[in-house]
Amino acid sequence: MGNQLMPDAPGLELIAQGIEEGREGTVIETSVEHGKATLIVRPDGVLHTLSWLRDTPDQGYRFLSSLHAADYLPATPRFAVHYELLCRERVERINVKALLEDPADTNGDAEKLPELGSCVDLFPTAEFQEREAYDFFGIVFRGHPDLRRIAMPEDYVGWPQRRDFPIGGEPVLYTHNEIEAPRWFE
Amino acid sequence: MEVERETLRGRQLRARDLLRGDLEGKDLEEYVEERLLTTTLEKALNWGRANAVFPMTFGLACCAIEQISLVTSRYDIARFGAEAFRATPRQADLLILSGRVSIKMAPVVRRVYDQMLEPKWVMAMGACSSSGGMFANYAVVQGADKFMPVDIHVPGCPPRPEAVLHGFNKLQRLVRGKPDLGWRQRYNAIGTEEWARFESGEPTTEAIERAAQAVREQRDTRGGSAGVAEEPPDSWGTS
Repeated sequence: MGNQLMPDAPGLELIAQGIEEGREGTVIETSVEHGKATLIVRPDGVLHTLSWLRDTPDQGYRFLSSLHAADYLPATPRFAVHYELLCRERVERINVKALLEDPADTNGDAEKLPELGSCVDLFPTAEFQEREAYDFFGIVFRGHPDLRRIAMPEDYVGWPQRRDFPIGGEPVLYTHNEIEAPRWFE
Repeated sequence: MEVERETLRGRQLRARDLLRGDLEGKDLEEYVEERLLTTTLEKALNWGRANAVFPMTFGLACCAIEQISLVTSRYDIARFGAEAFRATPRQADLLILSGRVSIKMAPVVRRVYDQMLEPKWVMAMGACSSSGGMFANYAVVQGADKFMPVDIHVPGCPPRPEAVLHGFNKLQRLVRGKPDLGWRQRYNAIGTEEWARFESGEPTTEAIERAAQAVREQRDTRGGSAGVAEEPPDSWGTS
């Protein structure tokens, strides 16, 4: 036991099949990497996947241990929202990864934000975590009861954890880069 | 000071003479001169201020741990008269910015500073509150002197308590010796003290209003913000 991955690769395929039976074309891909069984799903199928994993009797992934977003900038689709689910009876974990296109790429409108259905109705704990994903990545969760910034100031402009967001700070002169600022001492 | 038996006896006798009223003329002058130390009131005041600083109980980040150890018996800031950390800005003289100031915390820090009574001093402790330190990113203010006056910067990440004590001694020297060398001169803010310092007598409401008017005029002539003249003057007169 111990290090054995559960669900293993065939088990993951069975889960993907079960989800596909409920709704065709939801699961794009399954992957087992870094000891994580992951279902890669289309954004409109996330809620179906999550509720299937939660409510199917012999699955019972009733605990959302983490929800977070990621930006894979050069790649398309650009964003992903990760859901880490836990079955506490069997101590099994499964990841759901929803790939999101950046609407700014497709229709050229930089103001437009990627959207995804909110899973607060399924897992109440997601409320703050979805606010965090919105705060840092600008991912809008449709149906969220109170979607506003959680960590940054309310009047902050921009989505600071996106990869194309400037890091900020001020350039500091060290010995290794003082050649770039000739006669800085004057 | 070692006092010899003979000298001590002589002094005792002269003191008795003085009390009896027998000491007169040159003897009396000498006696008084021997026992007096002359100074100016301002110097005595600054000496008292420098040796009875009440810091604010205010920790921002990891430097706060070093700040806490300042009052322990090993480092013992009580040697310099600053062991009384006050839990309210109304009673504090010194604000030690111990750690990074995030952009969300900056208005809070500024508010705490504004609530302190004059005279007040600020020490930026460590790299973060001096320049942003290793946090060169969107969330941290790159140096606390971007939004408030800072009197002294203590380098280090975090600075050891000894370094903070050294910085504190420098601050004491500044308070004691040349209090005008502080931020007011650097920020061109002399005459904007919140307590009313006037040529004659007690500060009155009219005098305070006059000073506020002077600050407003000064700001107007400096240009840039003619439209805000109706608003109450900000305490710095720099904006």
